[in-house]
Amino acid sequence: MFDVNLIIKSLPMLLQASVWTVIYSLSSVAIGFCIGTLVCAAGLSSSRLGRGFSAFYVSFFRGVPLLVQLLISYYCLPLIGVNVPSSVAAVGTLALCTGAYLAEILRGGFLGIPPGLIEAARMVGLSRAKILTRIEVPLAVRLTLPSLVNETTMMVKASSLISVVGVLELTRLAQNIATSTFQPLEIYLTAGAIYFVINGAITLVGGFAESRFRLEKAR
Amino acid sequence: MTATPDTGSRPIIDVRGVWKRFGTAEVLKGIDLAIRKSEVTCIIGPSGSGKSTLLRCIAFLEEYSEGEIYIEGELLGFSLENGKRRRVSDAEVARVRRNVGFVFQQFNLWPHMTALENVAMPLKLARGIAREDAEKRARRMLEKVGLGHRAEAYPSQLSGGQQQRVGIARALAMEPHIMLFDEPTSALDPELVGEVLQVMRDLAAEGMTMAVVTHEMGFAAQVADTVVFIDHGVIAASGSPQQVFRKDENPRLRQFLQNYFERNVFWQGAEDGAAP
Repeated sequence: MFDVNLIIKSLPMLLQASVWTVIYSLSSVAIGFCIGTLVCAAGLSSSRLGRGFSAFYVSFFRGVPLLVQLLISYYCLPLIGVNVPSSVAAVGTLALCTGAYLAEILRGGFLGIPPGLIEAARMVGLSRAKILTRIEVPLAVRLTLPSLVNETTMMVKASSLISVVGVLELTRLAQNIATSTFQPLEIYLTAGAIYFVINGAITLVGGFAESRFRLEKAR
Repeated sequence: MTATPDTGSRPIIDVRGVWKRFGTAEVLKGIDLAIRKSEVTCIIGPSGSGKSTLLRCIAFLEEYSEGEIYIEGELLGFSLENGKRRRVSDAEVARVRRNVGFVFQQFNLWPHMTALENVAMPLKLARGIAREDAEKRARRMLEKVGLGHRAEAYPSQLSGGQQQRVGIARALAMEPHIMLFDEPTSALDPELVGEVLQVMRDLAAEGMTMAVVTHEMGFAAQVADTVVFIDHGVIAASGSPQQVFRKDENPRLRQFLQNYFERNVFWQGAEDGAAP
């Protein structure tokens, strides 16, 4: 029997938990974006050390399953004396991981910027850091917007993995309800629908941003 | 101010024995060139002769391999210690060339900013000028190049000639002592060339020191104080427009000009406004 009442009864709780899902995934994308920018800049720099670090970073976080990364940070951080709430460790791990993917996405964007635009910035005396933040990053984001939106939706889904290290978010709560009511079908279907709606909203915002910036991008 | 060259003082730009190599290719082979205050120097030559590379070396967009370039008396890009030269920091390069403005063939406006932001942003971020003052000055510069009414437009909404004029305004806003133009009209449709050249003529008349790499012989004949002909990485001829266009006997120069004249009816124009 499909129990609609259970869905209606647990929906407020699930929606509340989904707020945490949104907070965890968006904040890890935001932090990961900064990490990705720096890793990408290091990878494109003339410094051998920077390029080596960038290559190692990307290959590690792309090569090791996110679930394993989460377990490592959950069990190993306390061993080396780092005691942070598991939610912080989880968001940090998500950010480090998405940072590697974002670095690769942004690399394409950085390489797509006509070199003359950077030369123009140098000729008016902008510092390296200002060129990065005011010229390169905004242009790289515009050039890679569809991939960035895609990566964000991937992170919303990947945030469900942090349920295994005991962080309360949508999937974790759904599990809790499902095991206590013995009615997993209704609960997981509802949780899935909520993920679907969140990512629908993100795609919508991304599409809007794309059309908003297209005008300025064309040359 | 008049455009009379001030030959007595120290040159603003002093290029001494400059070589530039890309791998084994020698693009510049011992260039000596001095540009004095309020002088307009036009650099002409066949494509691949090294004229753009020379201008880019003067801006330190390319590192020169050998020789010295002084900007208002300061060595650009390097420090000399016991006769050995060492590359200085980017910040030091930026300091020495702070009074050099550069105008690019491809305009190179930042496409995510309006015309006004393109001009005002460097004032705010590189010169630390307050937003309001920066925008006021940027508007003044856009008006100066005839684009006050297009301040809010994005580069993609402007014609090539308008974009190049914004490029000139962006460089002028930094109050440079010398303006370098790298083929500023070569990427433009023929009917848009005139508006850019007019802005450059006005600048020259105000006494701006300018070095212009160009294929516009009419402009060179009318506006330049000195015309420099570069061929195969060396200065093969230089002097007044009169001297270079009419008298110099260098066979490569004669051939270059002959080719040009055969494609363009410009001689008439040059006669009318020939430089003294």
